Amino acid sequence: MEPVRRHPQPESSPPPRAGRVSELVAGLPPSGIRRFFDLVEATEGVISLGVGEPDFPTPWTVSAAAIGALEAGRTNYTSNLGLLSLRRAIAAHLARRYAVSYDPRSEIIVTVGVSEAMDLVFRSILDPGDEVVICEPCFVSYGPTVRLAHGIPVIVATCMEDAFVPRPEAIAAAISPRTRAILVSSPSNPTGAVIPRATLAAIHDLAAAHDLLVVSDEIYDRLYYGPEGHTCFAALPGARERTVLLNGFSKAYAMTGWRVGYACAPADILAAMNRVHQYTMMCASIVSQEAALEALRRGENAVREMVRAYDQRRRFLVDGFNRLGLTCFEPQGAFYTFPSIRSTGLDEETFCARLLAEEKVATVPGSAFGACGAGHFRATYAAAMPELREALARIERFVARLR
Amino acid sequence: MTDEQRIQLLEIVEVEPHTAPAELAVRLGLDAVEVEAEIRRLEADGTIRAYRAVIDWDRVEGEVIYAFVDVHVRPEPDFGFDAIARRIALFEEVHALYLISGGKDLLVVVRGHDFREVALFVAEKLSPLKGVDSTTTSFVLRKYKKEGELFQSALEDNRLAVTP
Repeated sequence: MEPVRRHPQPESSPPPRAGRVSELVAGLPPSGIRRFFDLVEATEGVISLGVGEPDFPTPWTVSAAAIGALEAGRTNYTSNLGLLSLRRAIAAHLARRYAVSYDPRSEIIVTVGVSEAMDLVFRSILDPGDEVVICEPCFVSYGPTVRLAHGIPVIVATCMEDAFVPRPEAIAAAISPRTRAILVSSPSNPTGAVIPRATLAAIHDLAAAHDLLVVSDEIYDRLYYGPEGHTCFAALPGARERTVLLNGFSKAYAMTGWRVGYACAPADILAAMNRVHQYTMMCASIVSQEAALEALRRGENAVREMVRAYDQRRRFLVDGFNRLGLTCFEPQGAFYTFPSIRSTGLDEETFCARLLAEEKVATVPGSAFGACGAGHFRATYAAAMPELREALARIERFVARLR
Repeated sequence: MTDEQRIQLLEIVEVEPHTAPAELAVRLGLDAVEVEAEIRRLEADGTIRAYRAVIDWDRVEGEVIYAFVDVHVRPEPDFGFDAIARRIALFEEVHALYLISGGKDLLVVVRGHDFREVALFVAEKLSPLKGVDSTTTSFVLRKYKKEGELFQSALEDNRLAVTP
């Protein structure tokens, strides 16, 4: 009889673990947002400034295109890399906006949101114990995604005094022989900070000096309110060959639930990512891909209108917080404000919990996005003006009581 | 104030006419006094014609009915369509009036309290006007969208209360 084939056993087997869940997963920190979500769910009549997605509906031309795709029977798998028509449209879009050139056949992959793309990158480039430099405060999943790929996130803290822009020397200090990549996110969730072009160039210089990749999450590139326009990392001189550019449709086109994003990278990295993707996801939903294609073709006016509205609300909310003594640096991108609560004497967990309980306004404690987010809270302006007005009035009452 | 800022000011005033000048100023990154002066100027020069509410009259039984009346007219020498258009526009039953391209010349939106009132207006006042060749009346049966507002089924906000 054929013996059961087993993988070779290691010399010394690991100690037996306690539960059924792997130590890696059991060791992931619970999301600080999740806890707050449960609190908010249990409260009636809440105005939420805690939402990380646009309040606008998906432009109807996009939804209509998806319905059309269904009616035409387009319900099959696509190529692992995604519809070639969509990849071509993405390449044209990036070439037009940022003058970066990617081959749609070998350098672009369509993913299930940027989250999947991020997972693919780290699984593709990290061996156990490899390090990724991450600047906090940041999107909650960066660290865990690195850990799930058996990597080690090395945190660089940023602060309000620097407008939450990382200092290149702090990044340099975080680089070790095990570093494989620097993760850059601009504009940033949760701070709305934009990293100036000169700082991005300095980060690129570091990456080049240490032969590192730069994973650039540019999901908020279109939600940018500064005068000089978003800098695409791959468009910096010499940067393209060491950049993994991540972007998607969720924020710019109000398409969060469609779950469609993309990654652009040199062909060797992209092929590795596609290897992981083909075994785990196969492809992004074809309906969402068709919708994304329509967004690129006919979504521009909608983007412009949404950006206008966000920009007005941004000024309104920042002005309001500053008037209340909740010092708020001016965020240049995304749809978040990240005010300081130093003047209230409370810590951010207490501030947000009491604001919710006493005035029914949901915000997110800054520490949910990294330890250096302490002393801040995140409030989004992806909410209609009447809601923002009411929320600000409630926060004003709350802050007045604290004094 | 840049042209872009002026356009945004008008866009806000169009849908949120009650917004205080101080808030308009903050949202547009302008000075409140400047915004107030600009609004007065835009009102004075007729750019801002009126501030109106969008009302769903269907919720008030038997109050308002609309008809779209396509009108074929003979333009007059020297005056073109303007003279006849003015004679039509002055009727209080005429809610809106446009010169249009296509098969007809004028589109008259007539507003009344019931079908009969509107029909009689078209038969007794509009059709007999000198210069009016023919009319085609289409009564509005149901309103789906007006002034950018969805009337039958507004979109819901289904977002979770807190997301990353």
